[in-house]
Amino acid sequence: MKLTVDRLHVTLDRNPILRDVSLQARKGDIVGLVGPNGSGKSTLLRTVYRSLRPADGVVRVGEDDVWALSPRTAARRTAAVLQDGGGNTTGLTVTEIVALGRAPHHGLLGRDGAEDHRAVADAVDRCGVRALADRDYASLSGGERQRVLLARALAQSPQLLVLDELTNHLDIRARFELLDLIRTTGITTLAVLHDLDLAARLCDHLVVLHEGTVVAAGPVLDVLIPRILGDVFGVRARTERHADGVIRITYAADALADGETTADGPPEHRDGRPPTGT
Amino acid sequence: MMVGISIGAVNVPLGDVWRIVLHHVTGAGEAHSDPALDQIVWNFRTPRVVLAAVVGAGLGVSGAVLQTVVSNPLADPIVLGFSYGATLGAVLVITLGGGAALAGLGVSAAAFLGAIAAGVLVFALGQRRGRLAPTRLVLAGVAVGYVFLSATSYVQLQATPAELRTVMFWMLGSVTGAQWSQLPTVTAVVLVTTTLLTLFGRRLNALLAGDESATALGVDVNRLRAVLLVLTALLTGTVIAVAGSIGFVGLMIPHLVRLTTGADHRRLLPLTALLGAVYLVLVDLLSRTLNRPNEIPLGILTALLGAPFFLWLLRRNKGLD
Repeated sequence: MKLTVDRLHVTLDRNPILRDVSLQARKGDIVGLVGPNGSGKSTLLRTVYRSLRPADGVVRVGEDDVWALSPRTAARRTAAVLQDGGGNTTGLTVTEIVALGRAPHHGLLGRDGAEDHRAVADAVDRCGVRALADRDYASLSGGERQRVLLARALAQSPQLLVLDELTNHLDIRARFELLDLIRTTGITTLAVLHDLDLAARLCDHLVVLHEGTVVAAGPVLDVLIPRILGDVFGVRARTERHADGVIRITYAADALADGETTADGPPEHRDGRPPTGT
Repeated sequence: MMVGISIGAVNVPLGDVWRIVLHHVTGAGEAHSDPALDQIVWNFRTPRVVLAAVVGAGLGVSGAVLQTVVSNPLADPIVLGFSYGATLGAVLVITLGGGAALAGLGVSAAAFLGAIAAGVLVFALGQRRGRLAPTRLVLAGVAVGYVFLSATSYVQLQATPAELRTVMFWMLGSVTGAQWSQLPTVTAVVLVTTTLLTLFGRRLNALLAGDESATALGVDVNRLRAVLLVLTALLTGTVIAVAGSIGFVGLMIPHLVRLTTGADHRRLLPLTALLGAVYLVLVDLLSRTLNRPNEIPLGILTALLGAPFFLWLLRRNKGLD
């Protein structure tokens, strides 16, 4: 299902957090949301999974404004894996955590049916947590937990996935595995990613947030240009597609000094050498 | 329960208990030949045991739900101030209230109102920007509890020694005065709220995942919290109103069930009700027999028995760290 964020304004305690933010994800797209700490990434996600009501503007999942949908209807479309790390879930097994994904599919009197069991079993298998099924969630490692939370999101049978730093604290192999898993689901995805290399690897499109506004959006190579990397992230770097098809970012050894800016790809930096750090 | 009915200041053989209860419930068989025994079993022991069971179930369930609502494993009706609200209400009526004839009904009603008043205050103070925040709720509960407690202490200073004794006994909890007439209301409230809360089980489970995740799972977290607080205040208020403030049941029983059968509320709440009922019937039995013919208030025993057992359980289980 497509996602449309249109001229969104969000205010918290009278402080503007997001100003005039617009973005789109077509059906099946993986859109990465990048930006420095405090740029408003998680806030934007909250408006999408219906936790924070925007002051102005609209978030549409499919054709509908998410705030015009009931919480349960919205949650049948959009699933989220967030940073609250599973909350206070001592005493719930992995299967029970994954089964939470079925909550939006039931009213107060709903009982688990065959469809629920199938969705849970399917999500458990896809995320490779079958062997952990009866373990207490609290006893799992960080990487195992993230896989379980992703399984919970998939059990929700969503048409939009919202991911907040899914791969934080994971070792590199686990990161690649999770990202590949998300690619294979084919579900439209909006992912906040801290690591630009991972963002470049996973996403079709990137949206760069800086101080609550969108400063760049588009295909990875068009967005992660030296000017943006310098102005927004404060580093000297260049991005290119390597012979193996993977997009990589090469960083210079030192960060930019305060107030210093990079020209947008000066000619001497376009010859394949990393930018010099002087 | 039958054992609970049979033992007391006068022991009644189990067979007689069966016959008397069966006769009263189904009308089968003949009335017992000894009217005094019939009187003891049916009019004193049975309502008392039923009340203990209902109260134990109610306290256990409200503790279990409150622990999830404020995401704090230490939460129970006492921490959230409900019990102290009820205590103030009761103590006010005991010391200032009118005739002794009014007292029976008056104390219960006042205790109920006190618990609800505490609930309303905690509810109002636990909000920030229109949202009920878990930590805020706990802190508000503790603060409201202290205010009610200090008011209670002040009122107690004005009381006569005889009144103080009544107050003391009430504060420590008892099901001694159980009467058939008070049972239908309490039982109905406990049954209905427990059933409703169990129906909310799936959403309570989602709440365990954290507020943001629960929201993403389609739960209107703020509204759910409000509904659950109202239901638990009603449940606790009703139970404390008839049995006084009995501590530790709401803390111990839910954790005991979680440690043995897990935290899924759809299982947790019915099992907590069951175990809470059994526990309080047993404690009441002990309270009548340990120091015959005198009775030991329930609150003393629930904590005295519960705490060491609870600590032992904590030591055995490493999953809580």
